[in-house]
Amino acid sequence: MNHEKKIPLIRLAKRDGMESWKVWCIRCGSILFALLLGALVMALAGANPVTAYGTMISGALGKKSAIRQTVKIAVPLLGCALAIAPCFKMRFWNIGAEGQITAGAIAASYFALFWANRLPSPVLLLVMGLAGALAGGLWALIPAFFKAKWNTNETLFTLMMNYIIIGVVRWLQGGPWEGRKGSQIIPQFDEAACLPRVLGVHCGWIIVLVLVVFMHIYMNHTKHGYEIAVIGDSVNTARYAGMNVGRVMMRTMFLSGAISGIVGFIVASGANNTLYDGVAGGVGFTSITVAWLSQLNAFAMVGISGLLAVLSKGAETLQTRMAVPTSISDIITGILLFCMLGCEFFINYKLIFRGAGRKEARHG
Amino acid sequence: MEHNVCAIELKGITKRFGEVVANDGIDLQLNRGEILSLLGENGSGKTTLMNMLSGIYFPDEGQIFVNGEPVSIRSPKDAFAHGIGMIHQHYKLVDVFTAAENIVLGLEEGGKLDIKAAEAKVRDICRRYGFDIDPGQKIYDMSVSQKQTVEIVKVLYRGADILILDEPTAVLTPQETDKLFEVLRAMKADGKAIVIITHKLHEVMALSDKVSVLRKGKYIGTVKTSETSPQALTDMMVGHAVTLNIDRPRYETPVGRLEVKGLTVLDGEGVKKLDGVSFTALGGEILGVAGIAGSGQKELLEAISGLCLVNQGEILYTPDGQPPANLVGKTPMQIRKAGVAMAFVPEDRLGMGLVGSMGMTGNMMLRSWKKGPGVFLNRKDPNELALRVWKELEVVTPGTDFPVRRMSGGNVQKVLVGREIASAPSVLMTAYAVRGLDINTSYTIYNLLTEQKMKGVAVIYVGEDLDVLLELCDRILVLCGGKVSGVVDARSATKEQIGLLMTRLGGKEGA
Repeated sequence: MNHEKKIPLIRLAKRDGMESWKVWCIRCGSILFALLLGALVMALAGANPVTAYGTMISGALGKKSAIRQTVKIAVPLLGCALAIAPCFKMRFWNIGAEGQITAGAIAASYFALFWANRLPSPVLLLVMGLAGALAGGLWALIPAFFKAKWNTNETLFTLMMNYIIIGVVRWLQGGPWEGRKGSQIIPQFDEAACLPRVLGVHCGWIIVLVLVVFMHIYMNHTKHGYEIAVIGDSVNTARYAGMNVGRVMMRTMFLSGAISGIVGFIVASGANNTLYDGVAGGVGFTSITVAWLSQLNAFAMVGISGLLAVLSKGAETLQTRMAVPTSISDIITGILLFCMLGCEFFINYKLIFRGAGRKEARHG
Repeated sequence: MEHNVCAIELKGITKRFGEVVANDGIDLQLNRGEILSLLGENGSGKTTLMNMLSGIYFPDEGQIFVNGEPVSIRSPKDAFAHGIGMIHQHYKLVDVFTAAENIVLGLEEGGKLDIKAAEAKVRDICRRYGFDIDPGQKIYDMSVSQKQTVEIVKVLYRGADILILDEPTAVLTPQETDKLFEVLRAMKADGKAIVIITHKLHEVMALSDKVSVLRKGKYIGTVKTSETSPQALTDMMVGHAVTLNIDRPRYETPVGRLEVKGLTVLDGEGVKKLDGVSFTALGGEILGVAGIAGSGQKELLEAISGLCLVNQGEILYTPDGQPPANLVGKTPMQIRKAGVAMAFVPEDRLGMGLVGSMGMTGNMMLRSWKKGPGVFLNRKDPNELALRVWKELEVVTPGTDFPVRRMSGGNVQKVLVGREIASAPSVLMTAYAVRGLDINTSYTIYNLLTEQKMKGVAVIYVGEDLDVLLELCDRILVLCGGKVSGVVDARSATKEQIGLLMTRLGGKEGA
């Protein structure tokens, strides 16, 4: 029959739901597939994929000092992923965590630079953390306010806000906060303004682990978390249930920005001991990857941020030992994200191929 | 002999969206030089059917024939290749382009684009059928009816001889409508085959040669316009009276509960959705609300529950032993607390009132999430309520945390209605509560509503099925175009009477 060939080759149909073991098989399969694709990229870059993966793992986790470095990379990723999780749950696309981190870092740095002599260290650190949270929260509140009042596009708004605040840091670096004239560098913080070390890494890791528990409880067991989940599912239903959608948006963004601000404080005080325009260093964007890959689950974020940190630290080792460029890790992260998000498509939809469709029609 | 071959023939066309059957084995025939009206209420599957002809959807089952040949239409391009062109309700034009530029847009002709030649050809088409547009005029300078003309010329320019128009008169003034009909008649005389989708009976009578009626996705029949009447078509559209034997006890002492006075609601674009609506709902009766979809039912319920802005009028609510209070200007939360509950089942079922990704417990919480001191959620009470609804209404679900999105339609509606009833309201509003449900589940819902009525609750039931309205309700309010076209006693009214009120044939001619 001639016209049967004219039925489209592939059609899509929505799936009603799938057993959870199948879902997890697909997800694990997608990670494997991503690593295989990554191996291909490594081979193209001239490295033996097996030794390359081995080098990455040993470089990231082989020695105590390596583990410390990896943890240092993972801490801001995890903290920031926790920050944007409630926004994304609400389907409020906050891609301005980069700027919120920076805003928090600026506020914390102000106290580090000008109040270090006047306050005892624990009080100073507490004030820095609070200032960072407040600054990050207020910076995030601006786009939320405009969204709630005039329904502006939060994606563009939060993105643009990043460039403004990073510009502010550049101005501080070359202007009022410049250390030695002409250096374009803000001086190192006083010892009192640096986060103490625990097990060899600045104690920011303890703060973010506390935040993990906090965020899990907040999202799953509080009224606020419930409001966020309902709004994310359907704004109409939320209004029907008597929720003030605009107010919840602003509140959630403030919280999100505040956590990002704390991350900014941790990075400036714990990792860099100073402020510079690269304080966020792309963490605000990479953490979106972490949040999505974890399906907004706070505990899964610990694992995913660890995985990405291993990839990134491992890639550094790869470069020094095997002369493979570090951008390999970005490529693998990208492939990983693509595959893991892409596999959701196969979880939600099934493909009907031409032949199968014909069979169905005959049965029907 | 060309006369014997149908321009278009559909055989057994079926289209499903998930478990919803939008078109169920539809047959249709259309000859050249003929205008066919496709008649049916909103949601009866008219647009879906035509979208399969124009290549937007692909049928699950059945066969389309064009000029007697079996064809498969996979894209709008295929449709054009077979000479089928559709004019959609929402125009697809580029505002900053001229009419001629829009008309040639997307055409793949070899060589350089010759806009002068295109304009000449457009003028030629306009002369032939009596269109009145300037090919060089920009779209943003045009009126709605001129834009529609551009869409029609666009289709003709591409050589279509089978035209489908989806509710073309919805946006036109009566004068523009007359002009459009003139043009359509000219095209018919030229041997084109035309399908017009509508639910306005007087237009059907004025324009078409034959009428095909769809009802709830099923093909009801085709009649010659000259051999039918608006009454007969209404019957086909709404169906014959069926006895349902719904138990309808009388409540002894109904009391005034809700009084709506001159309620007027405008939508975001300033169009009147409700126009001076007044009625009373009594505690201890079910007040049915009938009307063609989009006549203001949704706005009515939303206005009462505080979800949309009221431009004019009063909604007076009288709780037991208290003076009446005006609900206009109160927040949804305050209105709910006062005892007015709404269970609205929209087309997609989940859009308003339920959270698809949550289970029964999470959805029960929509009513109670704010209760209790502190910042933490109380899960215990909603969970108990979920278990109760699960058991009492026989909801089929693996557990109270199973996402409602994945439950079947009937169970989703049980969850929704069950929750609203559980809040012990004194006014209970439901819209399309039995939409898409099987008979048995529908009866469960009817009984639940009647039970509420016998407790003295004022029940407002917005429904689609006239048989149910006639047997379930005590009185029926009929809406037409945002106005009340009548209130009838459900025990004595006939289906025809309501059908005519819905299309205003009983009173003034429908707009």
